[in-house]
Amino acid sequence: MEVTRDRPLLKRSVGALPRPPLRNQWRTLKDSGARTGFAAAATAVCLLVVLMALTLVSRSWPLLQAYPLADLLTGQTWQPLHGLFGFAPFIAGSLAVTLVAMVIAVIPAVFSGIYLAEYTSNRARAVLKPLLDLLVGIPSVVYGLWGILFIVPLVRDTIGPWSDRTLGRFLPFFARTNPSGYGLLSAGFVLAVMAFPLIAAVTEEVLRSAPREMRETLLALGATRWETTQCVVRHAGLTGILAAVVLGFSRAFGETLAVMMLVGNTVKIPASIFDAAYPLPALIANNYGEIMSVPLYESALMGAALVLLLVVVAFNVLARLVIGRLTEK
Amino acid sequence: MNRRKVRKLKEHFFLWLMRCFLAGAGVVLGLILGVIVWRGAGALSWEMVSQPPQGGFYLGQGGGILNAITGSLYLALGATLLAALVAVPVVLYMHVYGGNGRFPHILRLSLDIMWGIPSIVYGAFGFSLMLLLGLRASLLAGVITLALVVLPILARTFDEVVRLAPPHLRETTLALGTTRLEFLAVLLRQTVPGLVTAVLLAFGRGIGDAAAVLFTAGYTDNMPESLLRPAASLPLAVFYQLSTPFPEVQARAYASALILTLLVLAVSLLAHLSSTRLGRNVIR
Repeated sequence: MEVTRDRPLLKRSVGALPRPPLRNQWRTLKDSGARTGFAAAATAVCLLVVLMALTLVSRSWPLLQAYPLADLLTGQTWQPLHGLFGFAPFIAGSLAVTLVAMVIAVIPAVFSGIYLAEYTSNRARAVLKPLLDLLVGIPSVVYGLWGILFIVPLVRDTIGPWSDRTLGRFLPFFARTNPSGYGLLSAGFVLAVMAFPLIAAVTEEVLRSAPREMRETLLALGATRWETTQCVVRHAGLTGILAAVVLGFSRAFGETLAVMMLVGNTVKIPASIFDAAYPLPALIANNYGEIMSVPLYESALMGAALVLLLVVVAFNVLARLVIGRLTEK
Repeated sequence: MNRRKVRKLKEHFFLWLMRCFLAGAGVVLGLILGVIVWRGAGALSWEMVSQPPQGGFYLGQGGGILNAITGSLYLALGATLLAALVAVPVVLYMHVYGGNGRFPHILRLSLDIMWGIPSIVYGAFGFSLMLLLGLRASLLAGVITLALVVLPILARTFDEVVRLAPPHLRETTLALGTTRLEFLAVLLRQTVPGLVTAVLLAFGRGIGDAAAVLFTAGYTDNMPESLLRPAASLPLAVFYQLSTPFPEVQARAYASALILTLLVLAVSLLAHLSSTRLGRNVIR
């Protein structure tokens, strides 16, 4: 007697059944479509670096064909009008200014990173980290302006004469060859400030991933905190800190505007920390306006960009692989 | 006893050494902000921020840098939007579909490498693309190049936030029978505050970057009016005014730098606040 009431119910559910699969098909279709689209975008992002390298190679190819690579890299004369493209002064300038920056920055930055990782409470770090973030966020032109207003007079009037009187007497490296104050030391100091937060942050990140048990064991054995830190750094963090320094180096190597404003821009291989130099980024930024008028000039500037790209990418890949391995565990 | 004293002394010495280094960084930051405010405040006026340059501006006559302020805002806004359009799907894809496989690893590595590439190289790349396509310096070219510069910053910052999303969110959502695309929407909703922070960070970096727009966006004294015309930017305004020999114009460069610094500080303050204050829809 209840059977008759079953029928409509059954009918409705039979009628309704095929509909969900259709909707599900649409949903899975959307899902796989989105997946393909996103995967394509992600692959494109991955290939971007390769694309950049290829473009720069193809633009600098005319120069590479006209002159042998060794001549370009070791040539010391830069006279595009006469077809002389020697990159040596620029490469030397880039290396010199970056090295000065690293000499100034590495020890303070690494120690700061160690402090942030080993000695701070969460609350102290909540105050200190934004400080580093602010240093990262300040635009490079503002750093350059600060260098002009503050560091250059300091180097010109105080540090330069002092160094010339004391160290410069024995070591030509510290002799005051250039009274203007615009030179390697000014640019290097500002670059050091710019690289500082990066080195400190990466050092902290690497040390933070060192095993906790190591610290606990050492402290339990009666080591002081500094002794513990020393041991952790020596056994767990040394490669990571090296990677941090390499990252800082490559950041400083490609910095353009601040360096260009402070380094003096003179084409010669610097011999003293007060000498003016002419790093690669400044070469590109200062001369792109004249590209069209001189043959092979554009090719040469793109070659300079290619050198920058290759150096920075090589350093970054190395450092990131090391950091990735250390922080993975 | 003596030995113990030495050890204690060492402990104190290094503790204070590290504190001194960090304090030194703080002092330098204070000096930078102090010098910029002190030298910049003098020449700052309403005229500076409300007018584009007039004839003879670079000789010390009337006008302001409204062209550079709007130009920079357009450039940074456009670049951030463009970068977000690429970065958000890519990062979410990495987390939703990628799993722990090899591809996310490679993607993260290439984003990190892109983060390290100097912006002058992006500038040169953008410039050579423009030469290939026969384009002139324009707002559009600047936006595209700047987007490349901020893309890794945006993507990696957002990636770190998505990584912190609770794992049970994924399990719960998928257990309800959703497709992964639908889970992606849930994940996006969960991570919106982090996305805002990442976008603001990228925006701040974009406003301050000069090397990438130097060749690609060019510079002009007119207000930016079309995507295909050159556009001015604040960092370059500082740079060009500084390279004139006139003290009045250089003073304006200091003021422009102050405006730029204030803009960047405001954006990074917003970013800081957004990472702590936003998040009504976030499941914790």
